[in-house]
Amino acid sequence: MKNTAQLKDAKYKIESKPKRSLRKFFLSLGGAAIGFINGYFGAGGGMLAVPLLKHASKLSIKQAHATAIAVILPLSVVSSIVYVKSGAFDSNIFSPVLIGTIIGGVIGALLLNVLQNKIISTIFYLVMLIAGVRLMI
Amino acid sequence: MWILFFLSGIAGGILGGMGMGGGTLLIPILTVFLAVPQKTAQCINLLSFIPMSVIALYLHVKNGLVEKHNLLYTLLPALFLAVGASFLAVFSPPELLRKLFGGFLIALALFGIVTGFLQEKVGGR
Repeated sequence: MKNTAQLKDAKYKIESKPKRSLRKFFLSLGGAAIGFINGYFGAGGGMLAVPLLKHASKLSIKQAHATAIAVILPLSVVSSIVYVKSGAFDSNIFSPVLIGTIIGGVIGALLLNVLQNKIISTIFYLVMLIAGVRLMI
Repeated sequence: MWILFFLSGIAGGILGGMGMGGGTLLIPILTVFLAVPQKTAQCINLLSFIPMSVIALYLHVKNGLVEKHNLLYTLLPALFLAVGASFLAVFSPPELLRKLFGGFLIALALFGIVTGFLQEKVGGR
């Protein structure tokens, strides 16, 4: 009786070897990009990781989100260490932001279905666009 | 001020919890409205991500949603580049980092809007 891990691997082994190598190449390249962006900007890794995993590894949305966290978490830890050691940390700002983020995260997870809403997503991107322009000028 | 930082965290947390990339708005909220230095905002965002994602990851692993096959191909290059990029960031002039971050947000927003419309045309997920 094969366990699910073996069955998952079997899904990839049926492919040709060049295709498997190409997949690994894109994952590595994508991984490098995710690491660089997340490290240099302190954010954004997730927005690259989810599409990468979804298309390169043919994962479902839920799997892609979950696996993306498995990638971004160690990246964030490593990057945090560098930033903190360079003196960028401020405990007066961190404490309230951390508490807010945790509470907000729980609320956001409960509102997860809203993610499907195109209007909300578009508003989010427009706000991001405006913020970006403000930062550049 | 505490309450303002707290509300920023809530905003970022909600967006992050919905899977919309909360940090990408938390940082501009902190830098543009609350006059937090760019590097500090980035540092705070990175740290804030950790507690929630530890819990989320534990649950995802328990539910079998994490695809471990080929994970290291993505993770290992990412780790190396993350360290390098972080050093680059902390040694970058703050104004440059801020402007580049702005450009990054614009790029992300355009990418997000375009893929959103493309999905509509193709007929959803």
